[in-house]
Amino acid sequence: MLTLLGVSFVALLALSALGASGRAPRLMFLGSAVAAAGLGLVGFLGLPATSLAFGPPWAPAQIAVDALGGWFLIILALVAVPSCLFAASAPPPPRAEGAAFPIFLAGMALTLIAADGFTLVLGFELMSLASWGLIAARHATGKGRRAARLYLAFAAFSGICLIGAVALLAGPGLGFAAMRGAPPDGWRAAGVLVLVLLGAGSKAGLVPFHVWLPLAHPAAATPVSALMSGAMVKIALYVMIRLLFDLAGASQPAWWGLPLIGLGVATALIGALRANLERDTKSILACSTLENMGLMAAALGLALVYRGADLLPLASVALAAALLHALNHAGFKTLLFLCMGAVHSLAGSRDPDRLGGLIHRMPWVAGCAMLGALSAAALPPLSGFASEWLLLQALIQGFRVSDMSVQLIAAVSLAVVGMAIGLAAAAMVRLIGLVFLGRPRTPRGAGAPDASGLMRAALLLPAGLTLLLGPLAAVALGGLDGPIRQVLGAPAAAPRFGLELALGDGGSRYMPGLVALLLLLVIGAVFWLVRRRSPQAPSHGPAWDCGFMPPPPHLPFGDPLSQVSAQGLGQPIRRSLGHLAIAPREALVDQPPGAAAPARLRVEGRDRGFTKFLYPLARARRVLAREAELLRGLSLRFHLSLTFGTLVLLLALVAVLERG
Amino acid sequence: MGGFLTQLLHVALMLAAAPLLVGVVRWLKSRLLGRRGAHPMQPWRDLLKLLRKRPVLADGASIVSRAAPYLALGATILAAALVPSFAFGMAMAPMADLLLIGGLLALARVALALNGHDAGTPFGGLGAAREMTFAVFAEPALLVCVMVFAVLIGSTNLNAIGHGLADGQMGWRVSLLFALLALTAVALAENARMPVDNPATHLELTMVHEAMLLEASGRHLALWDMQAALKLLVWLGLLATLFLPFGTAAPGSGPFAWVVGLVLWVAKIGLLALALAVFESAIAKMRVFRVPEFLGGALMLALLAAALIFVSTGLA
Amino acid sequence: MGFGDTAYDVAHVLGGAMLLISFVLLYQRRIFSLVNALALQGMVLALAALWQGYVQGAPQLYLTAVIAFTAKGILIPIYLRRLVLQLPPARRAEPASGIGASMIAGFMLVGLSILVVLPATAGARALAREDLAIALSVVLLGLLMMVTRRTALAQIAGLMTLENGLVLAAIGVAGMPLVIELSMAGLVLVIAVIAGVFARVLHERFDSLDTSLLDSHRGEGR
Repeated sequence: MLTLLGVSFVALLALSALGASGRAPRLMFLGSAVAAAGLGLVGFLGLPATSLAFGPPWAPAQIAVDALGGWFLIILALVAVPSCLFAASAPPPPRAEGAAFPIFLAGMALTLIAADGFTLVLGFELMSLASWGLIAARHATGKGRRAARLYLAFAAFSGICLIGAVALLAGPGLGFAAMRGAPPDGWRAAGVLVLVLLGAGSKAGLVPFHVWLPLAHPAAATPVSALMSGAMVKIALYVMIRLLFDLAGASQPAWWGLPLIGLGVATALIGALRANLERDTKSILACSTLENMGLMAAALGLALVYRGADLLPLASVALAAALLHALNHAGFKTLLFLCMGAVHSLAGSRDPDRLGGLIHRMPWVAGCAMLGALSAAALPPLSGFASEWLLLQALIQGFRVSDMSVQLIAAVSLAVVGMAIGLAAAAMVRLIGLVFLGRPRTPRGAGAPDASGLMRAALLLPAGLTLLLGPLAAVALGGLDGPIRQVLGAPAAAPRFGLELALGDGGSRYMPGLVALLLLLVIGAVFWLVRRRSPQAPSHGPAWDCGFMPPPPHLPFGDPLSQVSAQGLGQPIRRSLGHLAIAPREALVDQPPGAAAPARLRVEGRDRGFTKFLYPLARARRVLAREAELLRGLSLRFHLSLTFGTLVLLLALVAVLERG
Repeated sequence: MGGFLTQLLHVALMLAAAPLLVGVVRWLKSRLLGRRGAHPMQPWRDLLKLLRKRPVLADGASIVSRAAPYLALGATILAAALVPSFAFGMAMAPMADLLLIGGLLALARVALALNGHDAGTPFGGLGAAREMTFAVFAEPALLVCVMVFAVLIGSTNLNAIGHGLADGQMGWRVSLLFALLALTAVALAENARMPVDNPATHLELTMVHEAMLLEASGRHLALWDMQAALKLLVWLGLLATLFLPFGTAAPGSGPFAWVVGLVLWVAKIGLLALALAVFESAIAKMRVFRVPEFLGGALMLALLAAALIFVSTGLA
Repeated sequence: MGFGDTAYDVAHVLGGAMLLISFVLLYQRRIFSLVNALALQGMVLALAALWQGYVQGAPQLYLTAVIAFTAKGILIPIYLRRLVLQLPPARRAEPASGIGASMIAGFMLVGLSILVVLPATAGARALAREDLAIALSVVLLGLLMMVTRRTALAQIAGLMTLENGLVLAAIGVAGMPLVIELSMAGLVLVIAVIAGVFARVLHERFDSLDTSLLDSHRGEGR
């Protein structure tokens, strides 16, 4: 195992050098796919705690692949292989991007196999820097560059918070085994919670640190976006589980989960809301990632609450919901990102108002995208429904905690999660309806070729995974026995009963395989009966729609204005709920009276994370800087006395500390 | 064996009764408005006539228009098989989870919305956007009502809930009253009845459900009409099981109990149909942008029901 | 006594109906509908007092029921309706603002009253707790209405709801002396008359019922 791991890492480093040279990019990506598959195999087989021969100056680095890390390594491999295949089928990237791509994979894997604090943080930072490099290499100027800068700022912030959290946990030493032996309590524990929420939470995109995600994920190349949305946010989730569940010990109070639940459901609502209002296919998918990350964070918070309240079976249900949703989300989000990347490269645009009707020209891409979208909308019997069923059941059972405020919070969270699920379904219907259904809106869209060869294979892999994970959700859940037992202790087990998802004896059940089978049976029966009664094939005619004109000769597919637009489809939701996520901004370009040019009114939305959080911070920084400028105008004596005073203070502090 | 028999009979009953229910509601509404009204069997005759006709697809339509009706009807039939009517303990009873029923109805709704998008007409897209927006507000109300029942009975399985409500000494709880009001509002919104949507018009200002079906014809339209009727019967059956739980045959009882259960079920559905007809005739359709307020009110009621049930079951 | 016991069940249903009406009052924009809802709330209160009188065997509660029915169900609504009819139609509805926020605030107040009532009545049975929680919620919702509405008549309606909630709490507890309820009823009657006169003067002076207009005219009228 150790050799396979070592070989994979060395291979990734070599491939990075190959990418930097700019030669054979296809070989580099295929090699990355093989290395990622190797890492997934290591995750499946596991690795006991090992000390490496090299490492930081104070101790050798320690690595381990336990059940929890193994699960996330498998997720990483399942996301990385199709992304690498897709990248191999795309045009060659810039050299900096080719160098950073394997480093990105290596950083993520390093975080997952770390068994001491230093390696964990090293992998985390490597992952952040490599992904920043991947975004910045594509955009030298403009919006993409600004997105990269914002991403770097947030990545630095999360890194610093994570270093603080690990430092607070590292009493007796930096190894995980040492940290487990000395769990924090009191102020130290509260500090760990806050820093982990800030650090890992901002990497995962929890409110209010979510503003960078919908800007950074779409700015990267498609395979990198898929890796960021499918794998990197899961790494942040893994760090949260590792630090809050595993290393902080099992004796933390129940209220630890409550901030996580609150932030999680707020993120889910805002992400799903914004997904309905975006006008770029990749931004829609990035906001959908926000929503799913919020659901996973809420599930983690629930698991913490239940564990603190000694309700171990319910804690395992909540944790299983989070981990299973991580797997399902990796499957369908990768699929969706790669499909939208295929649409971008084949139909020429990411703007839904320039796409449409692609199902006729690109049936393979459309079929895969519809599978991913239906799964993202949490519809039975597909994969998204199984993990959300577990999450909803965990929320509903919130009444078993005997604290009334927790019960009320569970009820309100259930309502908000329900709203987020409805919004996610609406966003997916909007995406599919705009991009694939209807009539083409531009000639370029009307002539798009279908994905073929390597690109099609890169799409079919996650499609097959998503299709399998639907009816076989219980099998995937069986794989979670190990991680759940490791995190929550021996009597906990994954909530399954054979091929069913079950909440203990006599509790509610969901049988995904049976539902899928019955659905197919019923549809088949209806089809056979109806076709027997009505065997004529359908005929085609122009659209009726209460009176529709035939298309004019210069617009063979009809006027694009006579189809719904992206803004139009989002209008009911924007009108009723939009103010929660978006602060509107109007810009009027007026014309003097008598001018022939039209006046223009632009109504735009800015995420409230900017207006309520980042902009006030920027204003505060400017105010502080202005005040600090006053220091420059003071006399020489003042500066000398400042130095003198600091020195005296520190000496006094030393005297006091030496006394006590 | 009894379970399989009751399940098959139940599915046949639901399929036969659904268009009849729509016919009865239309006839009652006509009578209340002073007209004679079409015969209650008219929807059945319409369905059989439509099944003989060849469907016409729009030029821009794809396989989605051909497959969506089957998918939606299949999902709705499966949901109908899970909601009990005259007997508990049918063969699929362990599967009858309220969340699964909600999910299957959501699958049918998404199929309908995609069908609306498929022809590339503006009405279809408009109807799809509005339908999904109503679902955004109806889902949380439904979920919180499920939570109320889970607190009362301890499970989200519909059979267990129906049984528990029929046997146990639940009394006239306030929370159940609030949950009834909330679920009624959700049922009205989901089935595109007044005051959320007018099932009888094809005017652009009053269409949501009909807008998505404008391009359907022939056997496809027959399938969509059957799906809408079956969905209404599913929701009425759900309300009857949750709030009028008496009289349904217990699992393992004989044909006599089934007949009694059947008679009582017909009475319950008839009562709910009458209430629906009276309500629809008495109220005007509300503006589309007030529907979120209406459903938000239902959500508030459901949350109140949940808060009060936490207090009254003494768990706090 | 457990659930299935009709005494507590009916009391809870009536209390729940009053809470429902309070929420309806929160979002109602038209003053006529406000007055009708107030009348309905008064009648439900009368029914609740009647039922409590029957269950507790306290005949003075019958008197409370009669007073609630006549005063709050009939007289005060008639008086308010005549007041409203003197206004032009434009003044008979209120601008709708922040209804969603006030509904959310209303729900949070219900949650707060539940959280407050539970520890304070630790010894009492769960069923008495629910009555008290509902009554406290009605009181808080009345206060919320007075705070969030702008026109004088809507604020009066909030005051009436507040008093209804207090009476509901009082009748739920066995052994409340009659004199308190009678004096509260008389007080509210006087307040309603004064508020009606005040509203008419306000409308004559400023052609509006918006009480915030008074802020800029402090100190005048001496």
